[in-house]
Amino acid sequence: MKLNGSQIVLECLKAEGVDVMFGLPGGAILPFYQTLPEYPEIRHILVRHEQGAAMAADGYARSTGRVGVCVATSGPGATNLVTGIMTAQMDSAPVVAITGQVPRAMIGKDAFQESDVTGITLPITKHNYLVMDTNDLPMVIKKAFHLARTGRPGPVLVDIPKDVQTEEVEFHGYPEVARMPTYNPIPDVNAADVKRAAKMINAAKRPIIIAGRGVNISGAHAQLLELAEKAQIPVITTLLGLGSIPGSHLLNVGMPGMHGVAWASMAIDEADLLIGIGMRFDDRVTGNVNLFAPNAKKIHIDIDESEVAKNVIVDMALVSDVKNVLDELNPLVERKVHAEWVGQIDEWRRTHPSLAIRETDQLLPQYILSQLNQESNGESIIVTGVGQHQMWAAQHFVSDKPGRFITSGGAGTMGYEVPAAMGAQVGNPGKVVWSICGDGGFQMTMSEVLTMVQNNIPVKLAVMNNGFHGMVRQWQELFYNKSYVATEFHTPDFVKLADAFGCMGIRVTEKDQVVPAIREANSHDGPVIVDFVVPVEENVYPFIPPGGSVGSMVEDPNFSAAMG
Amino acid sequence: MALPRHILVALVEDKPGVLNRVSGLFRRRGFNIASLAVGHSETPNLSRMTLVVEGGEGVRVQAARQLRKLVGVMEVKDITGSHTVARELALIKLRALAKDRNDIINVVGIFRADIIDVDVDTMIIQATGDADKIEALHSMLLPFGVLEMMRTGEVAMVRGAAGRRGDGVEKAIVYEDIGGV
Repeated sequence: MKLNGSQIVLECLKAEGVDVMFGLPGGAILPFYQTLPEYPEIRHILVRHEQGAAMAADGYARSTGRVGVCVATSGPGATNLVTGIMTAQMDSAPVVAITGQVPRAMIGKDAFQESDVTGITLPITKHNYLVMDTNDLPMVIKKAFHLARTGRPGPVLVDIPKDVQTEEVEFHGYPEVARMPTYNPIPDVNAADVKRAAKMINAAKRPIIIAGRGVNISGAHAQLLELAEKAQIPVITTLLGLGSIPGSHLLNVGMPGMHGVAWASMAIDEADLLIGIGMRFDDRVTGNVNLFAPNAKKIHIDIDESEVAKNVIVDMALVSDVKNVLDELNPLVERKVHAEWVGQIDEWRRTHPSLAIRETDQLLPQYILSQLNQESNGESIIVTGVGQHQMWAAQHFVSDKPGRFITSGGAGTMGYEVPAAMGAQVGNPGKVVWSICGDGGFQMTMSEVLTMVQNNIPVKLAVMNNGFHGMVRQWQELFYNKSYVATEFHTPDFVKLADAFGCMGIRVTEKDQVVPAIREANSHDGPVIVDFVVPVEENVYPFIPPGGSVGSMVEDPNFSAAMG
Repeated sequence: MALPRHILVALVEDKPGVLNRVSGLFRRRGFNIASLAVGHSETPNLSRMTLVVEGGEGVRVQAARQLRKLVGVMEVKDITGSHTVARELALIKLRALAKDRNDIINVVGIFRADIIDVDVDTMIIQATGDADKIEALHSMLLPFGVLEMMRTGEVAMVRGAAGRRGDGVEKAIVYEDIGGV
């Protein structure tokens, strides 16, 4: 069967089960777009800026576990994807980006809207392809999806010249296997190492687990819980590992690191064995690596060998899919009781104010986010931006279900919350999706609210409106003597903005308006912007300054050192 | 103090951009490449790269692991050590005045190098050997006036049967042509 390149790509996407793409057309991708009407089973959502397409695909991917797809034209269209692609790469989100390229004969001539997008995205993709032979299209698409979703997931970009999109060649169907002899996504578990790791666990008196996004990606929640319960090991969850153990579980410790709860940092400091599972010892978790978990032997379980000993030297590494490792490890782990150790962590939990919200009439963002968490009852999907609101949202997030908390962790991409929430909502039409926005990040990507309005994507957007880049302001307050350089900005009237955009807007200035506003938004069948007007000089605590350790942790000065 | 040198040999798919992926990886991770040589291997569609990396143990391990992670890289081996032969080719153009010619020919003879071009007052010397030998030859020729030097960077191989792919233990990887993708 003879098909043109565009039809071949769409046949492949259809065979791959792609049901939605986020994108924005332009000259070099136009043949592909003009073929879309032949494939009504693939929904296309027109974004307002290509970064929104990449981040929506990312949010879709993280919330569904399926590969998210975004499309852009050549040149500026493709470069606008870059921040979104980098965000997906840093947090291992499976995304396939399809870009148009100038015709083959014009490549390298600085043609109109030409950019070397495979060159530009080389360091921020898991892999990328420039398709120079139309016959290669089916295998390239197959490989792109295979790479994106297997092993440690990540973004893959496929750059397709315009004349490849129009050229007709014989289509032999979508390949069943991606033949990639050089790609080994899941290394075999080393049985001898598993035995040695089990011995280390069985000998530990004060063991601690740090669970990361790898647990969520692998779907190893049951295995993690089994390990934790069997050997009574408290579980710390990284920002991206939130939900890897049920939030209400007695062994759930909370988040570690720069803005983690004090008792998590103290547990890491005191532990005699630390088991990192599907996490990568990010600097926001470790602080000063030389002072990190100084008393602990360390076991690192991860699918990516290059993460082993990259940041923190470990005593034992088990390199494979987390679920496979735990399936082999758990039977060798002895049933243990660490009552004293668990009691010690509970004691720290009782005596430190990390999650306490002070009594005040002011509308504190911490209060809003804890109320939102209660109203969500662990069911809503929470998507955050980056900064203070992100940390408060993470601290007060509790869910017994995985995959409910989506945030840009490694990249720290402001503005992510709006398009990523849109993607999450498209992938989860039956669920309530809350986008927790900083007013800075919101202004970066708020144009995607128009995409939500056009397509009736009913995301609820909670804007923490303090007229500042809050986290930067916090650093300026604490490290630069309140010299607020370039962090204050004018904000629009978000309720009027909502009106102009064609969606519901609610303003909240008082505490007693919070819950009614959340409920009103939840019951509205359409996007809603809730403008929470919050105080400026509010800081996230605890705070371990960059490069610090538990010894330099600063706790909320509004509470006395120990609550007793 | 000079950093330790590590010789990594990578078997990579012979595809456009592979060299760029490898060099880009080393640049962005801050690994220092002393030399990089690449060419076809004994298997069609696969190239072999010899990378000489400078750095401590952490750099050596990370460089190998990051390299192995690249899509298109089939195998990475650290073959630093006494069981390895390493050779590079150097072309050295030098000023060769009549009075110096005999001295130059002597030096070239000692290093078992070749004179491959002679002009009125220049010569081109071709030398092969490991990096140390090339450096020694270069320093011997310096007094005559070195005008130009080009070095290929080392290619390296393990001596004997142990050098075969997979150390002769793992089963040989059969590379199938996957259609130019």
